[in-house]
Amino acid sequence: MRSLLFVAAALSIVISALIVYTLFTEAWTFLSGLIDEAGIGALIDSGKAPGWYPRNSRFDIPTIVYGTLIVSMVSIVVAAPLGLGAAVYLSEYASPRARRVLKPILEVLAGIPSVVFGFFALRVLGPDLIKPLFDTTQNTSLLVTGVAIGVLVTPLMASVSEDALRSVPSSLREASTGLGARKSATVVKVVLPAAVSGIIAALLISISRAIGETMIAALASGRLGQSPRTIDPRDPGLPMTSAMAQLAVGSDQVTGSSLAFQSLFLVGALLFLMTLVLNIIAGRVVRKLRNAY
Amino acid sequence: MNGALDIMTKVEVTSEASTEPVAMSEAAVFSTRDLAVYYGAFRAVREVSLSILRNEITAFIGPSGCGKSTVLRCFNRMNDLIPSARVEGEVRFHGVDLYDSQVNAVEVRRRIGMVFQKPNPFPKSIYDNVAYGPRLAGVKRKGELDDAVEKSLRGAALWDEVKDRVKASGLSLSGGQQQRLCIARAIAVEPEVLLMDEPCSSLDPIATARIEDLMQEIKSEYTIIIVTHNMQQAARVSDRTAFFTTEVNTESDRRTGVLVEFAPTATMFSTPSDDRTEAYVSGRFG
Amino acid sequence: MAITAAIAASTTTSVRAALTESKRDVRGYIFAGALLLCLLSALFVLTVLMWDVIASAIPVFDKRSTGFLTSDLASSPDKAGVSQGIWGSLMIAGFVVVLAFPIGIFAGVYLEEYAKSNRLTRFIELNIRNLAGVPSVVYGILGLVVFVKGLSWLTGGRSVIAAGITLAILVLPIIIITTAESVRAVPSGLREAGFGVGATQWEVTRDHVLPYAAPGILTGTMLAVARALGEAAPLLLIGAITGRLASLPGESMVDQLQGKFTAMPIVIYGWANEVNKPGKITGLTFEDLNAAAIVVLLAMVLLLNGAAILLRNRFEKRRQG
Repeated sequence: MRSLLFVAAALSIVISALIVYTLFTEAWTFLSGLIDEAGIGALIDSGKAPGWYPRNSRFDIPTIVYGTLIVSMVSIVVAAPLGLGAAVYLSEYASPRARRVLKPILEVLAGIPSVVFGFFALRVLGPDLIKPLFDTTQNTSLLVTGVAIGVLVTPLMASVSEDALRSVPSSLREASTGLGARKSATVVKVVLPAAVSGIIAALLISISRAIGETMIAALASGRLGQSPRTIDPRDPGLPMTSAMAQLAVGSDQVTGSSLAFQSLFLVGALLFLMTLVLNIIAGRVVRKLRNAY
Repeated sequence: MNGALDIMTKVEVTSEASTEPVAMSEAAVFSTRDLAVYYGAFRAVREVSLSILRNEITAFIGPSGCGKSTVLRCFNRMNDLIPSARVEGEVRFHGVDLYDSQVNAVEVRRRIGMVFQKPNPFPKSIYDNVAYGPRLAGVKRKGELDDAVEKSLRGAALWDEVKDRVKASGLSLSGGQQQRLCIARAIAVEPEVLLMDEPCSSLDPIATARIEDLMQEIKSEYTIIIVTHNMQQAARVSDRTAFFTTEVNTESDRRTGVLVEFAPTATMFSTPSDDRTEAYVSGRFG
Repeated sequence: MAITAAIAASTTTSVRAALTESKRDVRGYIFAGALLLCLLSALFVLTVLMWDVIASAIPVFDKRSTGFLTSDLASSPDKAGVSQGIWGSLMIAGFVVVLAFPIGIFAGVYLEEYAKSNRLTRFIELNIRNLAGVPSVVYGILGLVVFVKGLSWLTGGRSVIAAGITLAILVLPIIIITTAESVRAVPSGLREAGFGVGATQWEVTRDHVLPYAAPGILTGTMLAVARALGEAAPLLLIGAITGRLASLPGESMVDQLQGKFTAMPIVIYGWANEVNKPGKITGLTFEDLNAAAIVVLLAMVLLLNGAAILLRNRFEKRRQG
């Protein structure tokens, strides 16, 4: 029996190995093809109007990386204050009854599929809110995508932060109150600092989720598979996940036959590396801060 | 002149056994009259009336569950933190009813400090732990903070042990040191009173002895009330002792705490007036 | 006595003054208010979203009623429906339960009950934690290369089988982690009692630990299935059909499982990219139909999620009480 159970657990190693193997062999196929065709420098477009145009064999990595970075930054600007604020309220101010009702609601909302937010971004957020407010050129843009992903990730941020706050022992709050601190002082000067490692972990988890989010990016970023390089959030753009989605749905989906399609795997490998690094840093930060005090 | 009259009348201890009337009115820091605490509908403690005198160490002793900590926490309004808790009767601090609606609990706690059963230093440096109170009070300049921290750590007999590592984490100290850190933290806000809720119960005997010595050292500057389940400790350190016990309500099977006797320590332990007190201090129950 | 009375009185007065002097804690109120605003904003946005979706979906069910649920994908909003999406999603859920549930539970049990604390175990646990954080689109790549291309003899290429296996792999870490947590929460006294009467490790696990942990494990599985139902990115990579999908009558089950497919999230994605021309008969646009499709998907996902959370909360309370 024991061996059977062990096999089940060890399967996870097999899966990880498979992911790494497929990603990197396919990405390498792309890179070697690219080197044959245009040289490795083609990954950074040095022309006057750089951009990601896979059908023209122009694979400007910065275009899609900027897209992902801008979208994630916007999403964190939305999700971090809203999520953390909601978490602090739930943990420190809400009555136990309110908390019993609100926290499950938050958890259920965290389960809303992202494609629903994509729909929401296209239908309401872009045309009715972002376009008029920020005067963007069209209804879809990196900004819209970022805000929609921010809303998607807020319940996650709130839920994980709230867990971190609740795990601060109540004896610390008591000590602070006993010294004559007002509630806001206790929260800001004792509880939040004590929970900081958990909150940073929440932040990194949320960023990781935002970076990897595909459906909203595919629907609301505004470009269909190709895009000039831009750093303005109000422009339409092409985050990495959107590029991947368009490549998968668009061209002829036979691996190896088309350099454009093959670029999908390089982008996937890059994405995997980014989220892996983030997750590892999150683990390290949590452990380091937890041990410091 | 109402305040003065109140103090003067309330120094008489009205409890079940008679004791020497406490005469020095202006030395009474606290006085309670018919203090009772309810959790919801359950009466946890009833009709406590006593006076706490300045610069004395008063001990609350009794078996567990008799409400000693509950009564202690009335003196700095910490029972406010429990939603179902309700206080009836009077608790007066220098004649002022602490539960008057106009009284600000935050200000109360700045004058009446507390040390808890299990040491609870903040996960900050030793320095930041002690400086927490003064910073709350608005002290900002480093020089002033440094002085306050050193003074408090000296006052808690911890300075010599930590003076080279005040930036180390408060949690890196031993249990006894942590508790002295908590005492330093409490006296850094320069309170008038120190409430100590079984401060030595999680410490070893050596650490306990150090804290008992400390209490004697600082007695001249503070008024101290200590709750302890260790009656030898009460006999060692306190000037006056209040003995509580529980009464079982036969209908509901709930226990209500009640003050049995309040007397100078020497008297209580040698010639207690009440049988229950005598049974407890001679070790027959508890 | 008059002098002491006077001293006492003045002490009282000054103490009272000090204790009642307080500026109302305005900053504290504003702070708490700002926090409440954050909570309400988050809930408000999500509520508005739900409201908008439901309001737009009502005319669809009104005009098309159950036909919406039973029709196939089509080029006109008058005829298009979500039946194939529902079928695909249910098949995928089935694969998740059949594959990920047993493997996940076994792995979780192994990690908590059997594994010694050595490097290999820590490596496995690290692996699982990392897998839980991998973007779903990367799982899609795995599915495309390994199951669609590599094992096409088994899966039939771009099929529900490939999708089901891929999504089972995607949610596997979730089931492992929640199983491990549920098993960890079993009090050790229970195990000791079992060992005390001479049971083997597996017998203790099977007869004592698993029944106690069952609610938590069930909750984890429900959450995992809800997650699998909502994922679209891997399906895009595997090649779920977004346009029209012909349904041949009389197809065998195997053919159906190995043939082209779609699922609810992909239907939604596809319709979101459609042109918004109102159908001639009903006047509905694909955007309206999409709102209704979202309602169907949300019904499946949120009901599962809600039930799982209620289940977990009820059993936690029973455990503590």
